[in-house]
Amino acid sequence: MISFVMDGEIRTLENCDPTRTVLEWLREDQRRTGTKEGCAEGDCGACTVVLGELVEDHVQYRAINACIVFLPMLHGRELITVETLGSSRAMHPVQKTLADLNGSQCGFCTPGFVMSLFAHYQRSDPALPDSVNTVLAGNLCRCTGYGPIQQTGNTLAPESDIQSRFGGPETVALLKSIQDADAGEISFTDTNYGTTRKAFVPTSEEQLADLLGQHPDATLVAGATDVGLWVTKHMRDLKTLIFLGNIPALQNIAETEGSLTIGAGVKYSDALAHLAKYHPDLGALLTRIGSVQVRNSGTVGGNIANGSPIGDTPPLFIALDARLTLTSKAGERTIPIEDFFIEYGKQDLAPGEYVKSVTLPPLRADTFFRTYKISKRFDQDISAVCGAFAITLKDGVVSNARIAFGGMAGTPQRATNCEAALIGEPWTEASINAARAAMARDYTPMTDMRASADYRMKVAQNLLRKVFAESGTAGRTRILEAQ
Amino acid sequence: MLNPPDTTPKGVKGDVHTSLKHDSAYLHVSGEARYIDDLPEPADCLHLYVAKSERAHARITGMDLSDVIASPGVVCVLTADDIPGVNDIGPVKKDDPLFAEGEVLYHGQCLFAVAAETRKAARLAALKAKITYEDDAPLISIGDARAASSLIENEQLMQLGDAEAEIAAAPLTLEGEFIHGGQDHFYLEGQIALALPGENGELIVYSSTQNPTEAQHLIAKVLGVPDNQITVMLRRMGGGFGGKETQSTLLAAAAALCASKTGRAVKFRMDRDDDMIMTGKRHDFEINWKAGFDEQGMLKGVTFDQAVRCGFSTDLSMAIGDRAMFHADNCYFLGSTKIVSNRMRTHTVSNTAFRGFGGPQGMIGIEHLMDAVAFRVGRDPLDVRLDNLYSDDGRNITPYHQTVEDFVARDLMEELAASSDYRARRAEIEAENKGSGFIKRGIALTPVKFGISFTTTHLNQAGALIHVYTDGSIQLNHGGTEMGQGLMVKVAQVVAHEFQVDIDRVRIMATSTDKVPNTSATAASSGSDLNGMAALDAALKIKKRLTDFLAEREGVPADSIRFADNHIIAGENRFSFSEVILDAYLARISLSATGYYRTPKIHYDRASHTGRPFYYFAYGAAVSEVEIDTLTGENRVVRADILHEVGQSLNPSIDLGQIEGGYIQGMGWLTTEELVFDDQGRLRTHAPSTYKIPTASDRPEVMNIAIWDKGRNEERTIHRSKAVGEPPFMLAISVLSALTHAVSGATGHRVFPKLNAPATPERILMAVDAAREEAEHLAP
Repeated sequence: MISFVMDGEIRTLENCDPTRTVLEWLREDQRRTGTKEGCAEGDCGACTVVLGELVEDHVQYRAINACIVFLPMLHGRELITVETLGSSRAMHPVQKTLADLNGSQCGFCTPGFVMSLFAHYQRSDPALPDSVNTVLAGNLCRCTGYGPIQQTGNTLAPESDIQSRFGGPETVALLKSIQDADAGEISFTDTNYGTTRKAFVPTSEEQLADLLGQHPDATLVAGATDVGLWVTKHMRDLKTLIFLGNIPALQNIAETEGSLTIGAGVKYSDALAHLAKYHPDLGALLTRIGSVQVRNSGTVGGNIANGSPIGDTPPLFIALDARLTLTSKAGERTIPIEDFFIEYGKQDLAPGEYVKSVTLPPLRADTFFRTYKISKRFDQDISAVCGAFAITLKDGVVSNARIAFGGMAGTPQRATNCEAALIGEPWTEASINAARAAMARDYTPMTDMRASADYRMKVAQNLLRKVFAESGTAGRTRILEAQ
Repeated sequence: MLNPPDTTPKGVKGDVHTSLKHDSAYLHVSGEARYIDDLPEPADCLHLYVAKSERAHARITGMDLSDVIASPGVVCVLTADDIPGVNDIGPVKKDDPLFAEGEVLYHGQCLFAVAAETRKAARLAALKAKITYEDDAPLISIGDARAASSLIENEQLMQLGDAEAEIAAAPLTLEGEFIHGGQDHFYLEGQIALALPGENGELIVYSSTQNPTEAQHLIAKVLGVPDNQITVMLRRMGGGFGGKETQSTLLAAAAALCASKTGRAVKFRMDRDDDMIMTGKRHDFEINWKAGFDEQGMLKGVTFDQAVRCGFSTDLSMAIGDRAMFHADNCYFLGSTKIVSNRMRTHTVSNTAFRGFGGPQGMIGIEHLMDAVAFRVGRDPLDVRLDNLYSDDGRNITPYHQTVEDFVARDLMEELAASSDYRARRAEIEAENKGSGFIKRGIALTPVKFGISFTTTHLNQAGALIHVYTDGSIQLNHGGTEMGQGLMVKVAQVVAHEFQVDIDRVRIMATSTDKVPNTSATAASSGSDLNGMAALDAALKIKKRLTDFLAEREGVPADSIRFADNHIIAGENRFSFSEVILDAYLARISLSATGYYRTPKIHYDRASHTGRPFYYFAYGAAVSEVEIDTLTGENRVVRADILHEVGQSLNPSIDLGQIEGGYIQGMGWLTTEELVFDDQGRLRTHAPSTYKIPTASDRPEVMNIAIWDKGRNEERTIHRSKAVGEPPFMLAISVLSALTHAVSGATGHRVFPKLNAPATPERILMAVDAAREEAEHLAP
């Protein structure tokens, strides 16, 4: 049985379909139709709702895409929809301001924008950037051109005192009363497939390891930003699911003497500040992964564990020589992250094993690091090419180079020929040009809807020139400045 | 900076020429505005889904649906055999089957429908069909179709004078090719219909459509019943942009057919991916051009050869191809002109209406030509543009022989060039581009002249129906549909103004074919021009009855009766509007009236492509400044300045919304929005994960938008306003010109680059490299 808070009350769902999305539940079961479906894949934001989560003694509110969040992921949290905020006769300040500034035209995307702006307005989440464009990046509007919506975000004063209806002591008490509730085994018979689906919401690593031992074929679900689409788009019948969002141990972030360990369950939003502190380019890259809603759901571990050749964090982890810790009932092992990606669709993960954490070693003072993401659109897009460069220099000579790319091969992969061409050479334009030529031997990229093979290669080679320029005293080198 | 709202005191609340927010704004922000998927579902409601062809061009050799029928929750399966009437939903030509019969003509074509107790059950069942095909070679690209001479109609020709002779005699000539992509509408609300069966064969169909009348007709034809059995209605769409002018019929007709078969309510809502795969988009073009001109870039003659990818069926492609020809001149007198248009039939989804309806595609050709010619003669493109503008001295005849009588583009461009500081910025940019940085910038000013009227002349008519109830409250019906553009509030303002009552008294009703029949699509930017006038006509009829009644009762001349400030004044007496209404009712005066309007003056001969297709023109101009990264091709628009003309605006804040939204949508078309079909004809960009419309951060950081304060429609349109739906879209052509300028900057402005659209990072980088290579071969 899962429990969550909505409209100031605890709601419980017994044996719900664990692959039913929050959006389907709201619209079809509850007939709360203010939240809209625009794409059912987490890319348009029309379904944006806000989740409240107890963090120490206050409620942290974050926008998420209800279309790819499954019901068990609500367990122990508060769900706020546009109807919770207000009605046309008693509007929340966000709603009134957006309407009065002509922020709606067709109105279909509008409730989603209201919810993203509400999360911004509430200012309960230190991880949410102040930039209104960043706040809005996950919400598409096809009518307005965004000006009035940006203006709304810039006009609204933040919720300034305890008079806020949200996150007060009553809500804290309600959340505390359910935070340790055991969801138990959820069992649901799906007549569409004629199968019985099971789901679990473990609260400790021990439980997780046990469950994985019993159900080695279970689908692990962290943020569901990928798995959600298996259901909404690919119509897959997932038989057993284990939800990872309620295991505190997987949410740990540890900084020790310059190294950084990120638990596999850490959401991008929570990792952002730590990665940005490690290197500003990591922060810049992270704010271009998905959108606020996606980063509030998706996890660093998920980005690694799903083995995608176009995930944005693996190249930087590989270039920075990160270590991956894998765990199962049989024990723990740590491997260089580049060894995890064996080939397209195949990772070094044994049955019953899960990704526990990733560790970045300290960034050496003599290592020049850069990472770049190239996509058709700056925000909320998938990379055509994503490159990461760690160049270690000694007296103007390259003593070590670790260069890795996503989007250039079936897995995130190092440019070994390119690295070899640099190592031992002076850090000069001539060396760069030789290394660029060598890179042509590293990859045979493909042509797809994001880019042609030619462009991928050309841009990958050119990024090395950009690295070189940025290592010197070049002027402006980027359209988007690192924040 | 937006224009400040008009705060001039007016007699009544919500009068014309005042800024009002969208009538549904408070419903939008609270989630209370109901779209079709939000309506309560009847208890017995079935859910429909369809299956898609997996081939672009093939004969269907077998369709085994036994597993579909046996799938859990399935109630019925519908194929072409189940259609009692005609298996066709083509709006113009009968070449658009509802369900494929015998052959498939595009990847994603609708094969059959399945109804089930839940949407998920229907979606799963639809996947279980076993279809076998015998493949034929598909024609995917314009080039494929050209090689096979595959057309939807004969080659079309529009000409003024002898262009080829003028070009041959001109001091300088230039020719080139420009290719641009299509565009998905990406309305946020996907296609949807809900059909409710009534008694004796009646059907009410809620359809998210811009064209309820067309849906009504086509549903009736599919069912083989008279039109009067079918009522189509909707209160609003979650965006349309042309994508719901004809494409919505697939859903409406399939749902109606199923409701008629089963006697149950039927809802059909497409998943986003299927919506993008199965429904049509903006036409992509290949344009070949040739120009003859003098050393100053003054055009003597121009030829355009426009090749249009129409997809597998005719749909609206003939009129769209025509409008592209009508806009091949934009604001310029081209001298002698010859425009040839070939509408290619391909095995791809049938392309359809999209904001501008061919206009942007035609217009971008001449703007590209202007940039090329200006570069050739070494002048600022703005000067070449200004020199070639239409003017009075015999240089005011369009290629379709209409005289341009209301030309204001010159004033707009000169004002905008000054207010945006265009010339100084251009000089600074060109100087900076000659430096060594990776980032290059570009700037361009382009104008817009857009013809207003349906070029299919008979469509320029509209109806309205106004009821005044005995308490003085008013219901307003007309044939226009609301898709976010603010049509409803504008027409309500017209009615409030005419009766001189507060707009709160005017209730905006859903659009329904049983209230106002035989309507045209809400399209061609014509919504408020046509429906505003029709509503005015209805209001005037009721007003006249009230005036005559009061004049007789009060013994004053009818022409002394005045409506003002929620009152009616007759001689010395001032009565409240409500009071007069009740008295009129008691005196047995009819308080309901229909209104009707047809656009005057227009005529057109399609065979020769001559006449006066347009009642008037709408104008605008924009300056865009961009920057590009010459190592990656990444780019963005950093500043836009827009001066747009809307006549005397009915509602400035609504019009500003159209202007900004149109520009950003046009910017998307020319930059990030790329439709990729593979060689099998499969659309590879069929979801927002792969098809990228602009986000908030893509909006230029500096955006100055103004409505031209001297605007006034020379023609007697509704309160002298002008249409505003489509024209601002084409302001974004300045973005592509600016990007072209920036790419040229990568060569120190020594080479005019070849940059097609959409100008993705890839196209920009490739254009930069090609231009630099060309520059290496130039003499220093």
